[in-house]
Amino acid sequence: MTRGRNPLLTAFAILIYAFLFAPIVVLIIFSFNVSRRNFVWLGFTTDWYPKLFANGDLLDALWITVQVAAIAVIVSTVLGSFLGLALARNRFRGAGSAEVLILLPMVTPEIIMGISLLIFFTQLFDQNGSLGQIAIAHITFCISYVAIVVRARARGMDPHLEEAARDLGASSTGAFWHVTLPLIAPAVGAGAMLAFALSFDDLVITSFNAGVGSTTLPIYIYSSIKFGVTPQINAISTIIVAVVAIALLIGWRLGTFRSDEGRRIDDAEAEAAAA
Amino acid sequence: MVWLLGFFLAPLLIIFVVSFGSNDATGHITLANPGLQNYVEATKPEFLPAFLNSVRYSLLTTVFSIGIGYPIAYWISRHGGRHKVLLLILVMLPFWTSYLIRTYAWMIILRDNGVANSILQAVGITDEPIPFLNTDFSVILGMTYGFLPFAILPLFVSIDRLDDALVQAGRDLYASGRGVFMHVVLPLTMPGIVAAAILTFIPAMGDYVTPDLLGGAQTSTIAKVVQVLFTSGRDWPYGSALGFMLMVITLAGTFLALRALRQETFG
Repeated sequence: MTRGRNPLLTAFAILIYAFLFAPIVVLIIFSFNVSRRNFVWLGFTTDWYPKLFANGDLLDALWITVQVAAIAVIVSTVLGSFLGLALARNRFRGAGSAEVLILLPMVTPEIIMGISLLIFFTQLFDQNGSLGQIAIAHITFCISYVAIVVRARARGMDPHLEEAARDLGASSTGAFWHVTLPLIAPAVGAGAMLAFALSFDDLVITSFNAGVGSTTLPIYIYSSIKFGVTPQINAISTIIVAVVAIALLIGWRLGTFRSDEGRRIDDAEAEAAAA
Repeated sequence: MVWLLGFFLAPLLIIFVVSFGSNDATGHITLANPGLQNYVEATKPEFLPAFLNSVRYSLLTTVFSIGIGYPIAYWISRHGGRHKVLLLILVMLPFWTSYLIRTYAWMIILRDNGVANSILQAVGITDEPIPFLNTDFSVILGMTYGFLPFAILPLFVSIDRLDDALVQAGRDLYASGRGVFMHVVLPLTMPGIVAAAILTFIPAMGDYVTPDLLGGAQTSTIAKVVQVLFTSGRDWPYGSALGFMLMVITLAGTFLALRALRQETFG
């Protein structure tokens, strides 16, 4: 490619970056708005931040969200990692259908997953709205993502390494703990991060499966938006944006983000093209 | 694997089954008189607008996402230099922040006395506030904004993978800049374009949050109808039928895109 700069393209790119960040900037600015209705700018205040920590409903919602996300991350990371490893080695029967089964949750609209789990739990288990139900729903949509990230990494791993460990007298669990796991660890970490982001942010699937007493933060925010907003929502959003930005920055600095994110998309795309 | 079978595939089968059922007198789901009544109901003309809206919004969102995403991905890949990764992370940052929060931010910007109208009025472009919110414009804008990162990433991967030598060869054979793009770059990055299309079309079809928050009460899409039927409407069998149809349309769209790609690639 000729490396000639194309000023028009660069201008367009800057415009799009502005488009991407404008809403977030506006959101942050309005978290310091005096106006309770938060339609127009009335003046600067930081009052909404301390009020946030006095808002019991919101803190409850946050706590529930964190609990669900923790369970979802742990279970989906463990299950997804093993699934990803198994798929990378491709040594079992039905591996082909397993591939399809993993991709299906990723190409199914969220709302379909939400309603199907709702009917499933109410009809078969007479369950509706428990924390466990939400956790199970979250695990279900996180597994695929973890599996695909881990599989991409495991495919790039030299299978001889594990064999070498076995030849040197390691037990199969020993080889797993000391050779395989450290090798796929960055992917497991990336998968867990992705699972956390998906779970923490999920509104659609959760809203169908949540009941009284299991209001997660996204559901709380959604209902606040629909029935009268306060700048508190902006304040909590600003905090979330800040946390995410810091996490991404750390991830970038550590360098793991780069390779794994690239591989993940790489793989998802190859997958989509091959399906 | 068992987990996915149990909690993904089984529930899907159940909505398929329930979609043939009905509500009994007490409001419970019954399969006493199974039949296609829900599907007959769903194809009534009054639901056509919702279906058409869903497809129209999703298609336009897909087109805009790729139309905007392709130049950006191209720019990052070819002009990004050593900042490539940082530029990609910047694209991803909005994606990692809550979709809901971003949609809400657009509400602040687009409402009648919102940021956009304040600026336009201050500059003197308009005296009366322009009603941005609750229009097709706001829904498509919100969706495009929300799903743009899904388009940029696969596009970036396929453009970044492109071999410079091929482009150079095209140049050497006296193709114009446009000719190289049309005959070399575009066909070679087609898998990325299709992946981007699929990754934006699917969530757009299932999205009810954006049509609800940015489209207002009048804007009806299938996902919104399904959501209402399952919450306040309490007609699950009917909702299941609509949901199942939504899924079929989505998968059909995905399938068509992949087939188009295959024909493109293998002639």
